Parts: sequence; C-alpha cells; structure tokens
Amino acid sequence: MNKNLKEQVLRSSGVNVLKCMRCGKCSGTCPSYDEMEYHPHQFVYMVEKGDIETLMKSESIYKCLTCFACVDRCPRGVQPAKVVEAVRLAAIRQQDGNHLSPDQIPSLLDEDLPQQAIVTAMRKYAK
Amino acid sequence: MQRIGVFVCHCGTNIAATVDVKAVAEALGHEPGVVISQDYQYMCSESGQNLVKDAIKEHDLGGVVICSCSPRMHENTFRKAAASAGLNPYLVEIANIREQCSWIHKDIATATEKAIILGKAAIAKVHLNTPLTSMESPVVKRALVIGGGIAGIQTSLDIAEAGFDVDIVEKQPTIGGKMAQIDKTFPTLDCAACILTPKMVEASQNEHITIHSFSEVEDVKGFVGNFTVKIRKKARYVDETKCTGCGLCTEKCPMKKVPNEFNMGLDNRSAVYIPFAQAVPKVATIDPNYCMMLKNGKCGVCSKVCSVGAIDYKQQDRIIEEKYGAIVVATGFNPIKLDKYDEFAYSQCPDVVTSLELERLMNAAGPNGGTLLRPSDKTHPHTIVFVQCVGSRCDDSKGKPYCSKICCMYTAKHAMLIREKYPDTEVYVFYIDVRTPGKNFDEFYRRAVEQYNVHYIKGMVGKVTPKSDGKIGVQASDLLSNEQLHIDADMVVLAAAIEPDKTARPLATMLTTQMDTNDFFTEAHPKLRPVESATAGIFLSGACQGPKDIPETVAQGSAAAAKAIGLLCKNSITCNPCTAHSNELMCNGCSSCEKVCPYGAITYIDKEFRMPDRTTAIRRVASVNPAVCQGCGACTVACPSGAMDLSGFSNSQIMAEVDAICK
Repeated sequence: MNKNLKEQVLRSSGVNVLKCMRCGKCSGTCPSYDEMEYHPHQFVYMVEKGDIETLMKSESIYKCLTCFACVDRCPRGVQPAKVVEAVRLAAIRQQDGNHLSPDQIPSLLDEDLPQQAIVTAMRKYAK
Repeated sequence: MQRIGVFVCHCGTNIAATVDVKAVAEALGHEPGVVISQDYQYMCSESGQNLVKDAIKEHDLGGVVICSCSPRMHENTFRKAAASAGLNPYLVEIANIREQCSWIHKDIATATEKAIILGKAAIAKVHLNTPLTSMESPVVKRALVIGGGIAGIQTSLDIAEAGFDVDIVEKQPTIGGKMAQIDKTFPTLDCAACILTPKMVEASQNEHITIHSFSEVEDVKGFVGNFTVKIRKKARYVDETKCTGCGLCTEKCPMKKVPNEFNMGLDNRSAVYIPFAQAVPKVATIDPNYCMMLKNGKCGVCSKVCSVGAIDYKQQDRIIEEKYGAIVVATGFNPIKLDKYDEFAYSQCPDVVTSLELERLMNAAGPNGGTLLRPSDKTHPHTIVFVQCVGSRCDDSKGKPYCSKICCMYTAKHAMLIREKYPDTEVYVFYIDVRTPGKNFDEFYRRAVEQYNVHYIKGMVGKVTPKSDGKIGVQASDLLSNEQLHIDADMVVLAAAIEPDKTARPLATMLTTQMDTNDFFTEAHPKLRPVESATAGIFLSGACQGPKDIPETVAQGSAAAAKAIGLLCKNSITCNPCTAHSNELMCNGCSSCEKVCPYGAITYIDKEFRMPDRTTAIRRVASVNPAVCQGCGACTVACPSGAMDLSGFSNSQIMAEVDAICK
C-alpha cells in the first residue's frame, strides 16, 4: 500500500471513500461496466485499501466516460467518478521515467516541429 | 452572608480523570461564605449524600453547591438529601463539571480551571437563593390520544382498561391507520385486518373511549395534568349520529372518479365514501373536492337515497374544547414521495410500485380483489424485482439518513407470498444488507431464500427503464459475482423509506415537545425514558418516535399507556415552584410577556395604585398564574422594563453567575 499515493488521490478527488456503504448502485448504473476490468465500486474500495497502483496500471481508468451517473445516483454522495478521475491524474503525472534526454532530440527534429514543443517536452519531463 | 458547603464529586474517573477535584475543592473553599469544601468519589451514593446531610447539620449550612454531573441526572437526589437534613431543597445548586467540563475537555489544567469557575458561579448564585415551596395542582382524569392507528388504539385500550376516559383524535374518516392497509403481517403471515379490526371494534364499543374521527388537534394550552385542547371536527357533511353505514349513498353517488387513497390511488371511489368495509366509525364522508352538490349545487342523489336523512350539505367544521391530564402522541408514519428518484422510473411507469401499493394490489379488498396483476395492463407478472433501501440510509441530500427498519422483513414477506401463490413467478430482491433482528425474523428471511427460492442478490439497482414491449429493463450490480445484471421484469417494487407524518411538526410546536432533525419526536431519555417526551405529561407511542414494526409499536403503545395511567392515578401533582412573577410597580403594561408565554399563564389586570401625590391611578399590569407557569423564562427575557422575574433563576442570580464567571 502506497500511503502517499492514497493521500494524493483522496486530496485531488476531494472524496471521502469511508462514506461508501457498499451498495453497488454506482456499478449498477455504470454504462461502461462491461468495458471495465475494475468497476466503480471497486475503485472506491481499492482506494480505501490503498491499492492504487493496480488501478493505475489498469485500462479501466480510461474506460470511464465521466458521465457522472454514479455521482448522481450514489445514495451516500461518495462520487465514484471523481475517484476514477483522480487515479487517472495520478497515472498521468507519474511519468518521471520517460522524459526526453537531450541526446534523443536531434533524431526527432524535422522542419514542421515547433522548437517550443521540444523545449516544453524537456522541461516537463526532465528530472 | 450565607454559610455555604461545597461538595466536589469524582464520579469515579468520569470527572476525576480530567479535573483535579482536590484542587477544585481547595480553590472553592476560599470563596466568600464557604465554610466547608470537600471532595468525594461518588457524591450520589448513600455515603456521599450522608456527607452532605451531616455537613448541613454540623455547619448549619444555608446553601449547598454540588459540583457533579448535569442537574438532569441528580439535582433531585441532592434536593431530597438537603430536605431530609432540614434545608429547603431550593437552596441547593449544581455546578455541572461533568457534561459541561470533564467530558468535553482533554487538558487537565484548563478543565480544572473551568471547573473552578463553574463552581464559583454556582456559589455566587446560591448566595441569592431563597427558600421556595412547591404547590399542588389537580390532575384531570382523562387522556387524549392523537392518532388512531394501531399505536393509538393500543394505548387507548390500555388506558381505558385502567378505568380512565380516553379520547382518540384521528384525522382520517376511520381509525386503523397504516395497519388497516396492510395485507399480511410478518413473521406469522396472519391477515392484518383479522387481528386489527377486533381491536378497532373494541375501541369503538369501550364505554371509556370516545373516537373523534375526521378531526384534528387545533390548539393545546396548559400543562401536565391540566391540558386544554381544541379539536376541530371537520365537516363530513354526514350526521354521524344518524348514519347507519348502509353504504347506499356510496353506491348511488354518480361521481365515481375519485382516486381511492385507501387503495393508494390504484382504483377509484365515489365522492361520498366509507374508506373500507370494517371502517370505525362506519359512517360515510363526503369529499367536498369532488361532490357535485357541494361544488356547484347540482346532484343531491345521496340525500335522496339516504333513508335516515343523515346527509347534511350545510354542515360546518366544529371546534370542541376538552380538558385532559395526559396526552399521547401516536401520529405514525408515511412512505416518502419517490418523485426525485428518476432512476427508478416510479413516476413514468405504472408497473413500478411502492411496497404499500403492492400490499393493496395483493389484498382481497384491493383494486384486483386479491389477484396480483400489473396495474398497466392487468396481466399476471412473471418476473418481479424488489429494490431495498429506496431513500433510506442516504446522504442528507439524497434521502433519509436512517434505516427504515421494516423494509427487509416486509420485502421477504412479499417475496414469499408471491412465490407461494404464483410459483411460476421469478422474484429477485436486491439488497445492501438484510437486517432481520427480531424474534423469528431471520428464520423468516431464510425461509424466503431456502424454501421459496427467492433470488437474493447483494447489490443495488442502478437504472429502471420502461420498454416499448411493456417489459421493464432493470440494470443492477451483483457485487458477489462482480457482474452487471440486466433483467427484463414485469413489475418493480420499491421499498420506500418511511418518514413521520407531516402533521407531526406543527403538533410538536403546539405541545412544546422536541423533535430530531428527521421530525421524529425525541424521547426524554433514549435508553431509560423511551416513551416519554421531555415535556411533562406528553407521551410517545409508535412510529412517531422512530421507525417501528407492529409488535414494537404495540409494545410502545402499551408502555405509553402505563406512563399515562401512572399520571392519571394521581389526584394532584407537585408543581415546579420556579415560576415567574411580575413587579407591578415596574410593569408598563406592554403585553410583551403575554405574547411570548407558551403556556398562556400571563393575563393583564387593571389594578389601583397609590401615586406619590396621594392620588390613586388605575394601571394595566401583568399577572402570572403560578399553577400554569412552567418557569421557562421566556417572559423575563421579553420584558423591556425588567419587571418580570423568575423565582429560582432571578435576574440578579443570573447576573451574579455571569459576574463570577467574568471576574
């Protein structure tokens, strides 16, 4: 369990996962249910347990349509879609490893590529 | 200067763990007038009380301060102890250093400091205490029961059994309440009407019981033992004393398109109606919203066919006034409205029904004569989905925060009855938790699963979609097999949350009783006084106090009756001597106090005064009836000239306390 990651997801989603009473209405209402490996109620429960890395590796985070049906219908006001969104953000932000190194740049250059894009890519992903 | 004794209680560790009691006793011992200050482990124990009694005699005390728990717990204990030692009980003051100090603080230094300050305030007050004497006030030996459901009926029967007169006020044309609408009862599956109607008849035939049906409580004045209540007897346009309940008018009435509330609007009734066959009193009522004679003066059929001449189109509401010694509230519950739960399509699809509607659909006196048919096309349903916890256990913005308690059991009952009567019907129950505490309750639920093969699925229905072929699409989650289910159902039954009746809130204001945020009446103590309200003489019966099934309601109804009987048995009760009184020389006759008094204890009189120049003048001044005053103090706050004062809590005493705290 990664405590920092759990903190980050809870903070950025603004969701109190402890309000969940495990009724499963979120998963009962979800239109993307069959596309997802982990379902809305599992997101809430796994974030509560701190098992966030598993969710980050799953394609389920990109299957959520953010339609907010679960948020609208949750009897306890838990907002599962916001939890999915927060895990997705955590996955996108955690890309320290794949920044561009200056050596890689020459081969990527072509006439159409704006110079600004290369500088941004370096700054964004450099350690 | 009074001779004052201070007694600081440890309350085991309840106080002593957070407050340095020895330091408190030491510090308060130096206060002016204090001649003895000591601490003890349990001041409320017999030896603790003896400590107080002995000190009163030995030190000739003129005032006692007990630093202990809330005065609601032990004020009476110490007042009695003081009285037995020869000290007027109203010379005892309690400083609450438990609920208002030790229990809410963690830091010993600050809690101790606060306890000392609270003690000082009580000492400052007790210096100004004067001996007070209680008066006696007579008890009217008659009870009022508000609500004629099973709770009210049970309470009334029990009070009548003890030989006291009881009036039932019921707003509907008949008593019986929700139980009359129910088909069968869990866990025995006996027919609700078969066990309820004998009780209704018993109530109507009992010489001690008067039923005011189609009536509402309009106004309540007075206090324990002596309430004056105005009851509005609504015009039913039928003379109750003449009507024989033959029902001919209801047959002949040409206006037959009125939604029948007894059958939850699933069929129609006539404009003149008797709610159901076993109604008590069995008297017709004309619905003025639909009667063509009352609306535009054309028709009059009922009047022509009535052989006893009971129809009276000119009848008006009547207000009667009665005196009561005790009042029992039994206003009951209603299922919540389901308009805002769009996902269940309740408002769009007639085949999505509430559980109470299903009771009527299955009842022999219901719209289909007891055959379960879909309301839309009157066909037999083959797949029925039950949804639990609709509007219960919700976030405040989504519904009721509490568990409605009865739904798990009645859903199991419905599922079982349907499988018993129609074995070709598949029944699914979507549950979050199945809650079945109660005698033979879990066995009942297990029977639904094991014997009747009802499909219990852990999960919730997320979406209900009416389809063009008449089926109802149900999309739900099955949490245990971790899959989403799609069921084509013929009927969907929603276990709607229950809420207190809407009339309860204004009634609580009239009775000056307390309610919680959900509009359930608050009991005087959640564990030890569950059927009394915090207002003396007002008792609680049934679901008005919280969700309850029938056995619990009956038990509470009888308990409330026992409490009411205990009060009615007394010839007189001791009044609180802490009542208001007005200083006539300061009173300017403004009527502010009269307006705020919730008990109607203040009247204005014209009184002759001698003026400084030896003339006389007649002035209008406030006069308090001490037998009616409950000592709430509203008038002392409202009085602009400071003429109104409260014995035991005088303005000077309160100011002395404030000064002591601020010093």
